[in-house]
Amino acid sequence: MLAFILRRLLQSIAVLLTVGLVSFSLFRYVGDPINSMVGQDTPASEREALRERLGLNDAPPIQFLRFIGNAAQGKFGLSYRTSEPVGRMILERLPATLELSFCAAVFALFVGVPMGVYTGLYPKHWSSRLMQAVSLIGISLPTFVIGILLILVFAVWLHWLPSFGRGETVMLFGWWPTNFLTIKGLQALILPSITLGLFQLTLLMRLVRSEMLEVMRTDYIKFARARGLTNRAINFGHALKNTLVPVITVTGLQLGALIAFAIVTETVFAWPGVGQLFIQSVQFSDIPVMAAYLMLIGLLFVLINLTVDLLYFVVDPRLRSQGGAARVAGH
Amino acid sequence: MAAASNTAPLLEVRNLRVEFPTRRGTLLAVDDVSFDIAPGEVLGVVGESGAGKSLTGNAIIGLLEPPGRVAGGEIRLEGRRIDDLPYEEMRKIRGARIGAIFQDPLTSLNPLYSVGRQLVETIQTHMPLSGSQAKARAIELLKEVGIPGAEMRIDHYPHQFSGGMRQRVVIALALCAGPRLIVADEPTTALDVSIQAQIIALLKRLCREHGTAVMLVTHDMGVIAETADRVAVMYAGRVAEIGPVREVVKHAKHPYTKGLMGSIPSLGVRTEKLTQIDGAMPRLTEIPTGCAFNPRCTFKGQRCLVERPNLMPAGATRAACWLHDRGGVGAPILKETVDA
Amino acid sequence: MTDSDIWWSFKSSSLTVVAAIGTILIILIAFLSPVLAPHTPFDPATLSLSDGLKPPVLLSPDGDWAFPLGTDDQGRDILSSIMYGTRLSLVVGFASVVVAMSIGIALGLLSGYFGGAVDALIMRIADVQLTFPAILVALLIDGIVRSVISVQRHDEIAVLVIVGAIGLSFWVQYARTVRGSVMVEKNKEYVQAARVIGLSPLLIMVRHVLPNVTGPVLVIATINLGLAIITEATLSFLGVGLPSTEPSLGTLIRLGNDVLQSGDWWITVFPAATLAALVLAVNLLGDWLRDALNPKLR
Repeated sequence: MLAFILRRLLQSIAVLLTVGLVSFSLFRYVGDPINSMVGQDTPASEREALRERLGLNDAPPIQFLRFIGNAAQGKFGLSYRTSEPVGRMILERLPATLELSFCAAVFALFVGVPMGVYTGLYPKHWSSRLMQAVSLIGISLPTFVIGILLILVFAVWLHWLPSFGRGETVMLFGWWPTNFLTIKGLQALILPSITLGLFQLTLLMRLVRSEMLEVMRTDYIKFARARGLTNRAINFGHALKNTLVPVITVTGLQLGALIAFAIVTETVFAWPGVGQLFIQSVQFSDIPVMAAYLMLIGLLFVLINLTVDLLYFVVDPRLRSQGGAARVAGH
Repeated sequence: MAAASNTAPLLEVRNLRVEFPTRRGTLLAVDDVSFDIAPGEVLGVVGESGAGKSLTGNAIIGLLEPPGRVAGGEIRLEGRRIDDLPYEEMRKIRGARIGAIFQDPLTSLNPLYSVGRQLVETIQTHMPLSGSQAKARAIELLKEVGIPGAEMRIDHYPHQFSGGMRQRVVIALALCAGPRLIVADEPTTALDVSIQAQIIALLKRLCREHGTAVMLVTHDMGVIAETADRVAVMYAGRVAEIGPVREVVKHAKHPYTKGLMGSIPSLGVRTEKLTQIDGAMPRLTEIPTGCAFNPRCTFKGQRCLVERPNLMPAGATRAACWLHDRGGVGAPILKETVDA
Repeated sequence: MTDSDIWWSFKSSSLTVVAAIGTILIILIAFLSPVLAPHTPFDPATLSLSDGLKPPVLLSPDGDWAFPLGTDDQGRDILSSIMYGTRLSLVVGFASVVVAMSIGIALGLLSGYFGGAVDALIMRIADVQLTFPAILVALLIDGIVRSVISVQRHDEIAVLVIVGAIGLSFWVQYARTVRGSVMVEKNKEYVQAARVIGLSPLLIMVRHVLPNVTGPVLVIATINLGLAIITEATLSFLGVGLPSTEPSLGTLIRLGNDVLQSGDWWITVFPAATLAALVLAVNLLGDWLRDALNPKLR
């Protein structure tokens, strides 16, 4: 087991370094850092001096290492657009995105999984078929369309919920603005969370359903029936547990995807998170922000992947004794 | 070897029919099958793949997979009809009165639950025992089926057992609630040859000790010869012959059974050639009229082409063949070479 | 053909038939838009501001049958905009899938056949790319292109850039599938025999591997098509996709979104509904195709 963890750790570091490389290349070679920092009339000699001072003439590997070192400390230079330190910009907006993603994930999980279990157990019932149809729509509608429709109905027509912005926030520990502590704050969270979470909910529901259907066809379920176990024991004991094992991986990965997909939702709802920041940086070719966002997402995904793999160990006894040598894909 | 007893039969199957609606029409996979199983007796059910033996077993335990369904006939357990019971009633019977063992021990066990947990769960479903009592019983069962170190291994997971050990666990699970009848569907086919004999011996011994009857479904005639008291030979969804094992093996009365026995090589008997039956068992969509075996039969007559024979006395067994009827087979038909 | 299982399962699911008809209808209308569209909304000469902000004809006395679905603030007919927009969305969607497939199959073949360092490199890139959701990759590529060429030039070749960006973000699954098949075939005897004879094993494998992977590749492609259309729409909605001079459905939705607050909902809702219907139909067809091709369900 130790060998497995070590191997995964090394893999993760490799991926991080590669992401770092891409990020660095973006940062250094796409667009000119000097040009965006000085005015048009700055003489060439001054530019050269600036180059020298910023270490832009050093050998690329050295620059790369410096970049990684800075990145580890959260220093990504200054934004081309606002000239603010990129690291600080990201940190300021991170709480907004994290809270939104968390709510969306909770929504997707606690509605999607039960729906999936239900439609898996009773696939022919009309309510299941209805849920299936709605789920198909959920997958076909792009997130931003859902957002717009929700805004139209609940904000513009019904005036029940705010249509944009983060609403009221309260400072936690003096630096983390949170929506969770006020009614108005929570209200502002509702529509964006649903929008962000709907796609994941649909995916989860379909995954759980298809896993459930497959599990119900297995021999051990048949043998369990042959032993006269109650439906409850079979459905919620045997079937559910086996269904949830692969679902765990997907859920974990979805969390990361949510943070990335927040880009669209934040734009629709003018939610001041890192996603909105990223879009602005793409629109304005603000390379430092793009590079920093890339590294952030890379780090996040790598961490999540690692956690999910470790979680697998806890849940599937087959992996524990084999030392995780082969990930058992079947049931 | 249990002689035919005068006590009431444990299981009575009468005119069982199992059909499958498909887009090509309704297929009859088990066609008018009848037999009895006496208490404590081992009945072998043998036949080629597709002859309907597994389906018969599934119908008896009430686990036919849709769209298959019982289309006719009766199944009685200890005199009480079980084929028309609602699901919940049948569930209580499963495990407690009728047990089942399937082919692949690896896929029969839930990989995420320990062996002990699966045993205790089954025991507690059917018997009013406390957790510790159930666990004690589970350990006893594991010892009975020959698992060494049962106290420790009870908490192990299925993948930590070898194939033969797993099937022992499966047998323990099938027996743990004390059923009167076990339907064993190809219990040794997925095992190594060296293990097969052990498992069969175990099954036989345990059932004898507990007084449990067994319906042993298999395509392996050798296993039947070793283990069964009586044997039913199935062909194309029908019973071709049924009788005491020794009689059927040595003095087969149905042409199909004769061919089957002749095709098994045995040590100690010198044979020139192994018998080969030309042709193949017909597909469910192409079952011939009259006797299902007639295209491949060397002894057929005109009657065999039109009238379907039911089981009739033939020496010490019963066979579904007009050869044993007073009316005979009618005008004999010379057998041309049949295309396979 | 009428006897085949796939055809039977197609006919027996009326939903799929509806989806198929719907898709074909949409495709036909979209591609015949120059002929069918009642207006040319993107030729400024034909526009007049006095036609602006007309609501749909059946819902208000202000409506005009010349503009059955209403107009936007510049006087552009919504119906025609949708037709042209759909065409663009479809073109970009299909093209990106083709690009992704080509890159994926090519790299998969190379990776599987040559193995070793080539394989390791390609798979490493694939792993890293898979860490990120496709839309992020597409955004990144678009952002890079934007910073390299001027905004104006970008808008001119926007279709190419978007197709490239989306195509590049989806190649990985194809590559993995093909690579797997290649590695299986590579060790078979006929490949070694071909080497002995002197034929190019690569060619032989292509002849044998490609037919084997058609099934899985098609399945991936059907999932991909819906995703590609959504991705393009999202990029355009975010303002980094197709520009308003050559709008796809996504761009139209964005333009409508700006006036949503004032209640002129039709400018956004109709393109959104069309987009939803299109992707829904594509997904239904894809679902059915996947079930029909899935050997496990037979």
